[in-house]
Amino acid sequence: MVDIHFVRKSMIEEQEPPAATTGVAGWIRENLFSSPLNAVLSILSIGFIVYVLSALLPWAISPTWAATSLGECREILAGHEGACWGVIRERWLQLLFGFYPKELYWRVVLDFALLIVAVAPVLFTGLPRKMLYFSAIYPFLMPWLLWGGSVWNPIAAALGFVLGYFAHKLAKPALGGLAAVILAFVVPIIWWMVLSGPVVDALGSVLPLAMETVQSRNFGGFMLSITIGVVAIAISLPIGILLALGRQSNLFIVRSLSVGFIEFIRGVPLITLLFVASTLLNIFMPPGTDFDIILRVIIMVTLFASAYMAEVVRGGLAALPKGQYEAADALGLDFWMSQRLIIMPQALKISIPGIVSTFIGVFKDTTLVSIIGLLDPIGLSTSIRADQAWNGVVWELYGFIALMFFIFCFSMSRYSMFLERKLQTGHR
Amino acid sequence: MNKTVFVGVVALAGMSASVAAAGLVDEVKTRGKLNCGVATGVPGFAAPDANGEWQGFDVAVCRAVAAAVLDDPTAVEFVPTTGKTRFTALASGEIDMLARNTTWTFSRDVDLKFDFVGVNYYDGQGFLVRKDLGVSSAKELDGATICIQTGTTTELNLADFFRINNMSYEPVPIETNAEGQQQYLAGACDSYTTDASGLAATRATFEDAAEHVILPEIISKEPLGPLVRHGDNEWADVVRWTLNALIAAEELGVTSANVAELAAAPGNNPEINRLLGTEGTLGEMLGLPADWAVKAISVAGNYGEIFEKNIGETTPIGLARGLNAQWTSGGLLYAPPFR
Repeated sequence: MVDIHFVRKSMIEEQEPPAATTGVAGWIRENLFSSPLNAVLSILSIGFIVYVLSALLPWAISPTWAATSLGECREILAGHEGACWGVIRERWLQLLFGFYPKELYWRVVLDFALLIVAVAPVLFTGLPRKMLYFSAIYPFLMPWLLWGGSVWNPIAAALGFVLGYFAHKLAKPALGGLAAVILAFVVPIIWWMVLSGPVVDALGSVLPLAMETVQSRNFGGFMLSITIGVVAIAISLPIGILLALGRQSNLFIVRSLSVGFIEFIRGVPLITLLFVASTLLNIFMPPGTDFDIILRVIIMVTLFASAYMAEVVRGGLAALPKGQYEAADALGLDFWMSQRLIIMPQALKISIPGIVSTFIGVFKDTTLVSIIGLLDPIGLSTSIRADQAWNGVVWELYGFIALMFFIFCFSMSRYSMFLERKLQTGHR
Repeated sequence: MNKTVFVGVVALAGMSASVAAAGLVDEVKTRGKLNCGVATGVPGFAAPDANGEWQGFDVAVCRAVAAAVLDDPTAVEFVPTTGKTRFTALASGEIDMLARNTTWTFSRDVDLKFDFVGVNYYDGQGFLVRKDLGVSSAKELDGATICIQTGTTTELNLADFFRINNMSYEPVPIETNAEGQQQYLAGACDSYTTDASGLAATRATFEDAAEHVILPEIISKEPLGPLVRHGDNEWADVVRWTLNALIAAEELGVTSANVAELAAAPGNNPEINRLLGTEGTLGEMLGLPADWAVKAISVAGNYGEIFEKNIGETTPIGLARGLNAQWTSGGLLYAPPFR
């Protein structure tokens, strides 16, 4: 016999969870006060943050936006502590664009806006594939927009790559693989160094399509940092990949050259390379030669970044199981095909955090150019203080520069985390 | 840009070694631009304003030379140089002249193979201290901590001064003027030492400027002037006599206001006539038009006017003429005769 005391006939309505475990209160309890130790640490940290902010905010929130000199700021503040934001109002355009002509700012803005368009299809596979054509054109469009000059210059530069491609394609059946690869390098170099100059001049005289030229000397501020950073980042990745492959190659000369280059560049501080660019090269070259200083700096920063990139990529290559290489060989793929289809996609995915942190490092390293007299944001802050109206303003300028750098670097690092999640294929 | 690469690569191959065969005067004329090295920023001497235009006392020398040679004071490519890059920039030919408050010293003139063409500012090293330190002379600074810029002549002068006076000090090395100001204000050093003009500019920015004094001792001679490379004397002459023209103009009473009038016709002062090219052939001797000095003076006036506009007592920097007055008023400025 079963003694039944209670039988529920209907389901109970769903209840709200207890108030202490949901919403703000629940989150605070879960995350900040889950244990006595946690509670103590939370209270200490909150106290510290409040302490810092209570000192910082009254300083930062200061009605000095309209001031035209440090003296005027002090009059407005009348003895109170406070930031002098007038300097940012007066000079923010200079900090962003340097001495680039005001009426041509649109070119810089357009250039960096197009950069986002060009990069997007490389990173987001969801976008139409045809956008990749624009990404291929962009490297030639970018310098033209920044420096101006004849439209034939970027076209001639691009033509070199086209020539290289055709040289490879035509020579391969006739002369064999190695000769084709060598030709693919030699033909464009001959074109760029010997032929393109006269051809550009000739085309320019027939059809003078040109934009107003802007001298490199007028580059400055964040625009200079971004230009150096972006170019170095974009070029150092392919060079780095080639160097990493070269370092693993079985060909003695290729391997020695790669190792020698990587170890030499990594053994020298960046600032030394910059001094070589700014002073030593000048002495080696005959006087009166005008080899653009920014170009020299970009080349040096690119070489520097490439060496580090090569080691990051090599790390990715080393992490791949040997079976992947053997599988590629077993499928009968040649070296470049197996790299392109099997090895690199996996190796690069593994290397993403390393690659991005190298990128961020390169971008921040561009501030070193202030030491050789280029007016990047840091260099400009010295110049701005040399205006007696702003002499003595320090924290506001550095704060602004730090904020801008933080925005760029933080977005890059978020981006890399996003990429990692997207490319996660569940090996772990 | 590709053309520049091309030129650079060709140059690296050493194929165009004869670019600089002609004199610099002609080269600047054909180029249509003067490459002038300036500081990346020294208050009153060189600084870009909000529009990116370079202003200052040193910058004015560049503009005067550009006006004399090219008849256009804006035809100057200002090349910002740091203390580390200035001499290589000049030696390598990247710049035609350097006007970057550089002290004229024996070794720079002789060993580094430069020609200082004159002095546009007589400076000297001084000490800035707080009033409440109770020091009235630099000789009372025994045992003090002193903020000092590394790699400059001021560092060496400081060591000399303390050794001569048998005193000791503790250096606080700093890299830039801004860092020096901050360290001094934060109390990291008892005294900040650099050129007296820089100290005056620094002191003028302090909220409580009256609480700080510049000690009376000037412990070094810092004749600052523009310089050019050895070996092109025609070019050195052009820069030297442009500077002298500015100085002589003040002595002779030629100003930006009356220069056009005086140059219109020969007056009764033969030296003014020779300077302004209404008499004699001085311009021709330099390889410049007869009115070269008129153009140089028209840019921003004579030496005195440039001084007053950029660093004089009416500016926030507020420097007195002192040693930089004309010799007729007890200063050291003494332009050789225009004859």
